[in-house]
Amino acid sequence: MNDHFGGVVEAVDVVVVGAGAAGMAGAVALAGLGLQVVLLDEQGSPGGQIYRGITLAPLSRRDLLGAEYAHGNVLAQALASSSVRYEKGAAVWQVTRDHQVSYLRDGRLRTLQAKAVLLATGAMERPFPIPGWTLPGVMSAGAAQILLKSAGLAPTEPVVLAGCGPLLYLLGWQYLRAGVPIKALVDTTRPEDYWRARRHLFAALRAWPYLRKGLELMRSLRSARIPHHTGAEQLAIEGEEAATALTFTVAGKAHRIAARCVLLHQGVVPNIQFSQSLRARHVWDVDQLCFSPVVDPWSELDVPGMFVAGDGAGIGGAQAAALQGELAALGIAQRLGRVNAGQRDERAGPLREQLALNLRIRPFLDALYQPKEANRIPADEVIVCRCEEVTAGDLRTFVALGCAGPNQAKSFGRCGMGPCQGRMCGLTVTEVIAKARGVSAAEVGYYRIRPPIKPITLGELAGE
Amino acid sequence: MRTDPLFQTVTSEVRSTRTVSLSFNDQALEVPAGISVAAALLMSGINRFRATPVSESPRAPYCMMGVCFECLVDIDGVPNRQSCLIEVAEGMRIRSQEGARDLIIQADNVQTAIEQTVEVQS
Repeated sequence: MNDHFGGVVEAVDVVVVGAGAAGMAGAVALAGLGLQVVLLDEQGSPGGQIYRGITLAPLSRRDLLGAEYAHGNVLAQALASSSVRYEKGAAVWQVTRDHQVSYLRDGRLRTLQAKAVLLATGAMERPFPIPGWTLPGVMSAGAAQILLKSAGLAPTEPVVLAGCGPLLYLLGWQYLRAGVPIKALVDTTRPEDYWRARRHLFAALRAWPYLRKGLELMRSLRSARIPHHTGAEQLAIEGEEAATALTFTVAGKAHRIAARCVLLHQGVVPNIQFSQSLRARHVWDVDQLCFSPVVDPWSELDVPGMFVAGDGAGIGGAQAAALQGELAALGIAQRLGRVNAGQRDERAGPLREQLALNLRIRPFLDALYQPKEANRIPADEVIVCRCEEVTAGDLRTFVALGCAGPNQAKSFGRCGMGPCQGRMCGLTVTEVIAKARGVSAAEVGYYRIRPPIKPITLGELAGE
Repeated sequence: MRTDPLFQTVTSEVRSTRTVSLSFNDQALEVPAGISVAAALLMSGINRFRATPVSESPRAPYCMMGVCFECLVDIDGVPNRQSCLIEVAEGMRIRSQEGARDLIIQADNVQTAIEQTVEVQS
C-alpha cells in the first residue's frame, strides 16, 4: 500500500496523536482491549503539557510542582508497561479522512494506515493581544510553567503575572514553593464576575476537591502578601527592544509595574488544527468563547472513525481528559468489533459518572474567568497576527473593504499566513471581524486549516 | 547578544551534572543536557531569538509548546527550527534569524540550488 506521495504505508489498528492525559489513557485502554496501537507525540517524553517531562523530572522538581502533576506518572507508567508502540519526537503533519496519519521522525517521513484515529492534541493558551505582547520578556504563563516542568527554570528577577484563570494562580503557587519572587498578580477578574459565576456555585460545590484546591491556591498567594490588583483593565507592555514594564488601570487609576518578565494568561482553548483540517463540524462555544469540534458520546467526529478526546474537544482539564480518552477507546473498540455495544456501555458507566463529577466545576470556572472583551478584541494599534504583524486596525480596514471572514483576511493582508499558520491569531481574528461586522463569531467562522499541520521541507517530503 | 538571563535554575533543583557545549551566533555556551534549545538560550542570557521578516522587530519564545513559532532559529544550517521542541545536543551551532535580510540570503541559496539542478538535468 502507498500513501499519497508514493511512500510505503504501514497498516495498524489505531493511531493516537498526542501523549498527554487523554492520549496516554486512551492508548493504554485501546491496547488493553486487544488493539494494536501506535501513539505518536511531538515531545521527547510522554506527558503532554500538563504532565510535561513527568518521566524525566527529578524528584525535587516533581515535589515542587505538586500532587496533581505527580499523578501524571501513574499514566506514564501504565503506558510504559502496555503494548502501545509509543513514538516520541514524531511531528504529525497530516491526518486524512480515510485514517492515514503522516509524520516526520528523525528527518524521515512515515505514514500509517489506521482503522480509527484518536486525536488527543489537547489545549493551547488563548492569545492575549495587548499592546507590546510581542516584545521579548513577555511570555504566556503556560510557557513559564513548561520551563519549570521541563528544565527547572524560573524567572531571575521578580516576575509579574497578569490575566486570569486557574493556570495563572497555579503557577503563582508553584513559584512561591520554589522561592521565586512574584512582584505582582495583576488580575483581570472583577467583583461582578464572582456575582455572575455564583449561579454555578452549587454545582461547583459538588466538585468540592477541585474547588478546595483552587481556594487553597488563592489563600497561599494572599498569605504570601503578593500585591494583588483585581479588576485590572487597559493592560499594556512597555518597552522598545524588550519588555520593561506592565501598565494598567484599576477603577480608572493608572498603575505601572517595572518588570523584565511579564507572564500573561487568560485561559486555554482547544487545539483544533487537526479536526479543522479534516473539515469536521465545529461549533462556537458561547461559554468558553472558542470553536470546538462536534463529537458524539464516544468522542467520534462527524468523520467516521475519527475521534477527538480531551481538551481538544472542549476544555475539561487533565482528569476529565484521561476519562474521555478511556471512553473514546471503548467507542473505537466497539466500532472495530472488539467489544459489543452492551459491553462497551457497561464499562463506560463508571467512567461517565466520574467524568460528570469532574466537569461540574467547569461552568463556574468558565463564568468566573471568562476573558474580558478588551483582552480578546483589542484596540486598533494592537498586533493580532504576530507572524505577519497585522493589527486589529488593519483587520477593521479589511472589513470596511468587504472582508467577511478569516480566510478573506489572508488575501487582504497575509493575516494568518505566517509560520504559526493562524494558531496564535485565529480566535482573535474571528472575534475582531465578528464585532466589526456586527454578526456572531459562529457566522464568521474560522481559518480553513490545510496540511502540512507541522512545517516540513520539500526535501523531507521527497524522502531525501 | 547576551544580557542578564531572564530565567535561571530554581534553588531546589537537583540537576544532573551532565552538560553539553553549543554555540549561539558563534558564542560558546555550556548548558545542562536534556533541556530544549529555547530553554538553554533563555538561561544563557539570550533574550532575543530573531527579528521578524516584516519589520525586523525583536522576538523571543512566547508559548514554549510549539504553537507560536516565535522561537524559530537556525540550527546547524537548517533555518526555521522550533527551538522549544528540539533538545540540545553536543556541538549544536545555533544562529538567530535576522528578518528579511536572512530571507534574501536564503533566496540566493535557492537560486544556486535551482541553477545546479538545471545543470544536472541538461
